[in-house]
Amino acid sequence: MKNNRIVREILNTSASTTVFAVLASFIVGGVLIAVANQDVQTAVGYFFNRPGDTFAALWNAVSGAYAAMFRGAIYNYNAHDFANGISPITDTLAFATPITLAGLGLAVAFRSGLFNIGANGQIIFGAMLSGWVAIYVQAPVYVLFPLAVLAGLVGGAIWGGLVGLLKATTGANEVIVTIMFNYIAVYLLGYLLKTPVLKAPQSINPVSLPVQNDAKFPLLFGSDYRLHAGFFVMLAAVAFVWWLLNRSTIGYQFRALGHNPDASKVAGINIGMTYILVMAISGALSGLAGASQILGTERVLTTGVAASYGIDAITVALLGRSKPLGVLAAGILFGALRAGAVTMQANQNVPSEIVLVVQSLIVLFIAAPPLVRAMFRLPKVVKA
Amino acid sequence: MSTVSRNMFKGAAVAAALALTLTGCASGPSTPTVTPIDYKACMVSDAGGFKDASFNEEAYNGLKEAVATLGVQEAKVQSPETATQTDYVNGIQAMVDEGCNMIVTVGFNLASATRDAAKAHPEINFALIDSSLSNDDYSPLSLPNVKPIQYDTAQAAFLAGYLAAATSKSGKVSTYGGMLFPSVTIFMDGFKQGVDYYNSEKGASVSVLGATGSDSSKWSATGDFSDQTKGKTLTESFFSQGADIVLPVAGPVGIGSGQATLDHSGTYVIGVDSDWYNIPAHAAYKKNILTSIEKKMASAVLAVIKSGVDKTFMGGDANQYVGTLSNGGVMIAPEHDVMYPAGVQAELDAIAAKIKDGSLVVKSIYQK
Repeated sequence: MKNNRIVREILNTSASTTVFAVLASFIVGGVLIAVANQDVQTAVGYFFNRPGDTFAALWNAVSGAYAAMFRGAIYNYNAHDFANGISPITDTLAFATPITLAGLGLAVAFRSGLFNIGANGQIIFGAMLSGWVAIYVQAPVYVLFPLAVLAGLVGGAIWGGLVGLLKATTGANEVIVTIMFNYIAVYLLGYLLKTPVLKAPQSINPVSLPVQNDAKFPLLFGSDYRLHAGFFVMLAAVAFVWWLLNRSTIGYQFRALGHNPDASKVAGINIGMTYILVMAISGALSGLAGASQILGTERVLTTGVAASYGIDAITVALLGRSKPLGVLAAGILFGALRAGAVTMQANQNVPSEIVLVVQSLIVLFIAAPPLVRAMFRLPKVVKA
Repeated sequence: MSTVSRNMFKGAAVAAALALTLTGCASGPSTPTVTPIDYKACMVSDAGGFKDASFNEEAYNGLKEAVATLGVQEAKVQSPETATQTDYVNGIQAMVDEGCNMIVTVGFNLASATRDAAKAHPEINFALIDSSLSNDDYSPLSLPNVKPIQYDTAQAAFLAGYLAAATSKSGKVSTYGGMLFPSVTIFMDGFKQGVDYYNSEKGASVSVLGATGSDSSKWSATGDFSDQTKGKTLTESFFSQGADIVLPVAGPVGIGSGQATLDHSGTYVIGVDSDWYNIPAHAAYKKNILTSIEKKMASAVLAVIKSGVDKTFMGGDANQYVGTLSNGGVMIAPEHDVMYPAGVQAELDAIAAKIKDGSLVVKSIYQK
């Protein structure tokens, strides 16, 4: 179980190492922003003529880029009024909602020693089922809305639980199975969007009808902001996962399984059943992420409904050390990166790929704690 | 610090100084030639990105040309590879925040985001490429500040199909899409009609692999617009079934098809969106590029930005632009390294003339 060991090692790094890993990524990101900047490249070309130009260009490039990211992700201090100024932070939280939900799902699996790579497929399944209910089921709002949310949860739980079932009954490796299940979900969605099952009859493109108004997550601050009530579902999920992992008997069994499957078996835990349960709960959380996409922000099903959240969620779970509050913080960070990247690009012409590089660097740094400790001269944490 | 690391540091410093001396001796920058004007033209790409050697890049070239020739300011947002509707809304909003006068949105995926932004900001002009607007229930919608820019690519693909049928030695040609969107299948459909026309004119029986039957949702596709390996695999399976020409309508996935032609002598690839022969990404197999079906998006983008600068912008469906052979919006690339069979160029010219004057109708969503 090599990947289990790596995951456990990452989960055991100290909080300060994680914070410094993020910091280090932003520093390296800053270097890349400077290198990619046209003005810096030009100014370096005549460095000995006017060295001041180079330093000015360096400063403008890096500070401009991160200032733009701040304006796009937290607070736009250039806006005419306060109402426009706070719009970025609400965007960040709207992006953070599905990322955190999926991240929580993976955190549950990681803590139980299961390397679930299938958040992408589980989000898609949740979104598909939730979307189908929200588009086609005719019911009063107090039935339709909960039913649509529940459909997302169930869709994800089925898609995740199936993996647990396969692992429990046949011993199939969950890494491979979840990756394959991702492909099945992606292509199934693509197929259904071409058939009358999901495709809007009047549309010539592979797009569904929009979900009924009654099934949508209500917007929290009116139609000028994208933040929706799914945000509270996400916060509730954070609390639920905290309770599950730290206070419940099932959660104790999950963690025991994560620490040592053989010992858990000897201790009388039904390993097979626990695998299924872990994967079902993990999938259900990702399915909720899918529901928050379709009922909250997207409103129509397209082939791209899951975005890259299934993959981002892996980083978010690892960065949050699979602890609920850690995952929440990491999810908000990733939401901010996604929201801020656009302004950085629009305003400062910084290639949007830089943000992907920063995200990848975070993974690299948290996967190599000694490197971060050496960079910031942190002492080695000895864990009992 | 130990001696070793201090020496290493010195070494690095010397190397850095050397590098600076080598590169740092040019003189300061000179001023640009075009007078900048107070007009901001902006663009939001779809998931393909501005360097896709195809669709988005061709549109972006138009914006670059506007900057160079008209002196407009530019701003752009490249949507993430995994863009959702939310990302498109966010991208367009960022352009609005930048104070853009004109926002060009590239691809049908941005249609509803463009509609909502255009309704909220009637003072900003929009140009939407490859789609017109519709309401949430898909009934058509026309807004005075949105100009749809669309292309009847079937007309140019028809010519490419005729040329492919005339060139094929095996009597089998092939085509596939990335995903079977209407803006993709319109290429494949026109190509197929061109082959059929050749067959009926010459009594031949050239067949088209990958587009069997009239239901375009069952035609061949790789499933995305990014994985070149899938394009190569699919093309090789066409070649092993006897096809010797392939038309990939899948953006950068088509690079895989081009690579496949290198392993099978006597096979050719047909480019899409721009003339692949002139694009560095396709240089490795340019001797095997039979022709390209071009959508002249750069000139349409330049024209719409110019109309904004001149204050002659006209939006709405009545003023939509549909690129055809007649207005030069679509065309096939000229003969490059692959020699056409004798007489075919003249036949192509004759067919193009017939399509232009309407005596030959290529069926598409624009020409029923």
